[in-house]
Order: sequence, then structure tokens, then C-alpha cells
Amino acid sequence: MSDITKQSLTELVENIKNKKLSSTEVTKAFIERSKKSKELNAYITDDFTSALDKAKKFDQKPNLDLKLPGIPMAVKDLFCTKDVKTTAGSKILNNFIPTYESTVTQNIWNEGAILLGKLNCDEFAMGSSNETSFFGNVQNPIDKNLVPGGSSGGSASAVAGQLTPITIGTDTGGSIRQPASFTGIVGLKPTYGSCSRYGIVAFASSLDQAGPMAQNVKDCALLQEVISTYDTKDSTSIDFKRNQYSKELTKNIKGKKIGIPKEYRIDGMPKEIEDLWQKGVQYIKDCGAETVDISLPHTSYALPTYYIVAPAEASSNLARYDGVKYGFRAKGENLIDMYEKTRSEGFGAEVQRRIMIGTYVLSSGYYDAYYLKAQKVRKLIKNDFDDAYKKVDAILTPSTPSSAFKIGEKTDDPVSMYLNDIFTVPVNLAGLPGISIPAGHDSKGYPLGLQIIGKAFDEQNILNIAFAMEEKINFKNKVTDWWIK
Amino acid sequence: MSIDLKTIKHISKLSRISVEEKRAEKLAGDLNSIFDFIEKLNELKTDNVEPLTSVAETTLKLRPDEVKSKNIREQIVKNSPQDNEDYFVVPKVIE
Repeated sequence: MSDITKQSLTELVENIKNKKLSSTEVTKAFIERSKKSKELNAYITDDFTSALDKAKKFDQKPNLDLKLPGIPMAVKDLFCTKDVKTTAGSKILNNFIPTYESTVTQNIWNEGAILLGKLNCDEFAMGSSNETSFFGNVQNPIDKNLVPGGSSGGSASAVAGQLTPITIGTDTGGSIRQPASFTGIVGLKPTYGSCSRYGIVAFASSLDQAGPMAQNVKDCALLQEVISTYDTKDSTSIDFKRNQYSKELTKNIKGKKIGIPKEYRIDGMPKEIEDLWQKGVQYIKDCGAETVDISLPHTSYALPTYYIVAPAEASSNLARYDGVKYGFRAKGENLIDMYEKTRSEGFGAEVQRRIMIGTYVLSSGYYDAYYLKAQKVRKLIKNDFDDAYKKVDAILTPSTPSSAFKIGEKTDDPVSMYLNDIFTVPVNLAGLPGISIPAGHDSKGYPLGLQIIGKAFDEQNILNIAFAMEEKINFKNKVTDWWIK
Repeated sequence: MSIDLKTIKHISKLSRISVEEKRAEKLAGDLNSIFDFIEKLNELKTDNVEPLTSVAETTLKLRPDEVKSKNIREQIVKNSPQDNEDYFVVPKVIE
């Protein structure tokens, strides 16, 4: 069967279950395409030899009752994978080989999937363009020298470029939804506490969540169903009734009330984004749902709040990289000198910047003025959503304030880079689920996404809305295979 | 709010990241523009607002205090840059 890599996850699962395709055929096809796609720089580490062995083993005794039977899959290099190098995109973890497996990836392998390799990302997931990775830029399959977004840039590029049928990323302030939007794919950030954080390299513990990145909503729902489990190894994992998201998926959203928050109409937003949003409103109505104007008054305070909370937590989480227990170690004259040189040489500029911001806002004399203040504003932001959800079932916004930009365009000005996440960050601060779906193109032909934000634990609802809208939008990604010679 | 070179030196020490002189100036510039951006929070009055520390509205579950991972010493030191199989080795601390 030709064009294996063009098939969606759902199609591949069906074809393997019906024995029209073997796991070996599917795995081979994605390995071959990945090998031809080096220019995208989507992989940090490949595990192709081992993947093919596992596929052959699967075919000898296929268990077709599994949800992901013999499906090859590459994952973001932020998930610890036993015996496979895990770098978090950093020099400091360049030689780190985990002796344990993250819960989320274990859930995926338990359902029959096979690891293809580890995908590039911004260093410690800190970035919005994949340009902070120690392992270099990732190319967007949409156009040469275009960023794929970040931090899950390698993941987005690999799905849009058909190097993997589906993948998982992590999202602390938009790291799944923004790259999904930039590459024309679907990305879901689940409710905080839905997916276990065990074995994921920590960035900001009160914000980090893993989630699926897929070619379509149904695939996304299927993977969410697999990765979301209650886990005692993560103390913030929440024990709630999880849906069979893909089985319960429906396009019937008649009567749903969708909020349109006026504060997301920001100064300087390109007309193309505004037009896309209006089209989104029309799609919602075409699906039989209604839109309601709402207000989230503290929206403009979300990014400044995030840039206190996230670096503060990061500075604490990244204290473990000291050149002693694992990772890179620099030579020093004494212990302190060794620590300081290890961290100076081992971390890149953006990570150092964030550790230093975090250290400062937590330091004696500044804690109340910055960190405590930010936690209070975070409460106001969450209250905004709580109030809105008294009137509506979900909220529709653009995913990003612009389409993908050129590599190098925003690296000199950290604040302009941070502004990319203006529509995604509030969702993390409030711990809510949010999904980005591709909804149109700008004048350059680059994809644009719309975001649907749900109530906590209401993933099924936003997946349903996305599923209904997807049919109306009928988006076609413009990937030309420019990188394949 | 202005972060000067003296403050950079102080934060650099607290975060155990050595910063050379020539990099300090660029870093101070970056941090100042980020803090200018953060200052926006001061527009809000928050005296009577409870700080939000976690969005997971759940109390931590208790569990029996049991050892679950045994005999994993080898795994723990496996990734260390320097060890003698039983311990992590660091530069001499006591003269």
C-alpha cells in the first residue's frame, strides 16, 4: 500500500486491525520518510533499528485489541524513555540515559505503540520557536526557514511533515497549541492533572501538561484517551472519571454556548487573525451552537504573571542540574566553581535568563512584590474564567496573534518572542484544557489556528466542538515536501 | 525598576551560574526589558486577593510510608559524570 505516511492514525489503526497493513510495513514507511527528512531537524535521537525489531515482534504475535496496535510514534524529547537518551533539548542532558519510563509514554507503549525516536524541542521547553534547542533549529514543513513554533517544534514539524502519524508534546504556556497552529495540525493541552507529569523533565510544575499533537481531531481524541490516567507517582494527578474520548466523539454541538472574549481583540493584531476569528464564529453557528460575548478582564495581565510564575518554578526545578548526579559537568577549581561553570556552560542563554528571573523574584526582599503578587493575579485570571463559565460551555479565540515567522526574526528581543503566547498562557494559568485546530491560511499560505478553551476536565466537550468545526472548516495543509530531494 | 551590574552579580551567585563581565551587560538589558513588561501587574490592587498556588483543587492523598524501589543504587549513579560505583564524586570540599 503506497502513501502509508499520508494516512491518519485512525486509518493506520484500522488497516493494521484489518490486516491490510503490518506494523513492519507502517514502521518502515515512517522510518524511510524520517531518514529523507533530515533537513527538518525534527529528531534529536532516532531509535529506528529497535523500532523495526519491535514491529517485527509485534507482527509475529499481533494483539489487535490494543488501541495503538503496532503504531510507530516519535515523542518530544522531554519525556524520559528507559534506555533511550533524553536531552530536553539541552547540552546539560546530552548524555542522559533514563533508567525509567515516563507514565505517559508507558501508557502509549502499553497500548501497542512503538517508539520511533525523540523529537527536537526548545531547551527545557523554554521557547516559542524551537530556536533555543542545543540541537539546532527545526524547519517548518510549510516553508523553508520558517519556525515550526515551540517549544514542541520538532513534534509539530514531525506530524505536519508526516514523519510520525501522531505525537505527544508538553504545554506550559502554549508549547503544544502554538506550534500546532504554526504547522497546520491539531494540538490539545489537557486539564492540569489529567496526564501524569511523572518522568517528564520538569519546567514549571504548576503549569506543565503533556498532550497529543495530531493530524485531525479524532486522532487527537484517541491519543488523549490513552495518555490520560490517574497516577500515584504524580502528586498532582487528579482522580476523575475519564471519558473514552474517541468513542464518545460527536459532531452534535447544538445548543452549546460558546463565549467570545472581547479582551482577545488586541492592539496590532493582524486583520487576517480577526477575520479568521469571525469565520470561526460563523462555523460555530453553522454547527448549531450559539456564540455569546463575554469578558475576561484580566487577560492582559496573564503574560506578565506567567513570566514570574514560570521562571520561579523553573529556577527551583533546574537547581538539580549541578554536574553531580547526572548530565554535563565542567571542570572547576572547587565545588562552587564547578557548579557555576557547569551551569554557565551547560545551559543556553534563554534558560539562564529564566533561571535568573526566577531566582530574583523568589529572592529575599522581592518575593512579595513579584512572586506573591503574581500568584494573586493568577487567582484573578482564574476567577475570570470561573465567571465566564457560568454563562458559556466553552470559549473560542485565535490560537496565536500571528502566523509562523522566519527563523532568527525574533531571537534578539525576548519580550517580542514571549508575546506569541498571549492567547495560550491564560489557559495554563487557570489549569484549563485548550485545543488548537487549523482553521485557515494567511496571505502567504501559512496556516492559522483557532483555540477552543474548555472547563476543567471537559476535554470531551472541546474535542466535540473541534470535531464539528473541523468538518465545516475542511482545512487542507499546504505541505509541499520541499525538503525531500 | 532597574537591574544593574551589581544585581546581576548577586543573582548570578544565587543561581550558581557564572556570568562573565562582557555578557553581564547584555543580560542586564534583557532582564530590564522583561521586568519593565512585568511591572504592569502593579496596575492591579490585590490586597484582598488570595494567592493561587495550585489549580488542582485537591488535597494531597496520604499513602503508607513504604519503600517501593529497592536495590537501585546502580541505576541512581549510572548517569553521574563521576562516581566510584557507590557514591557521587565531587571536587574536594574539605581541605
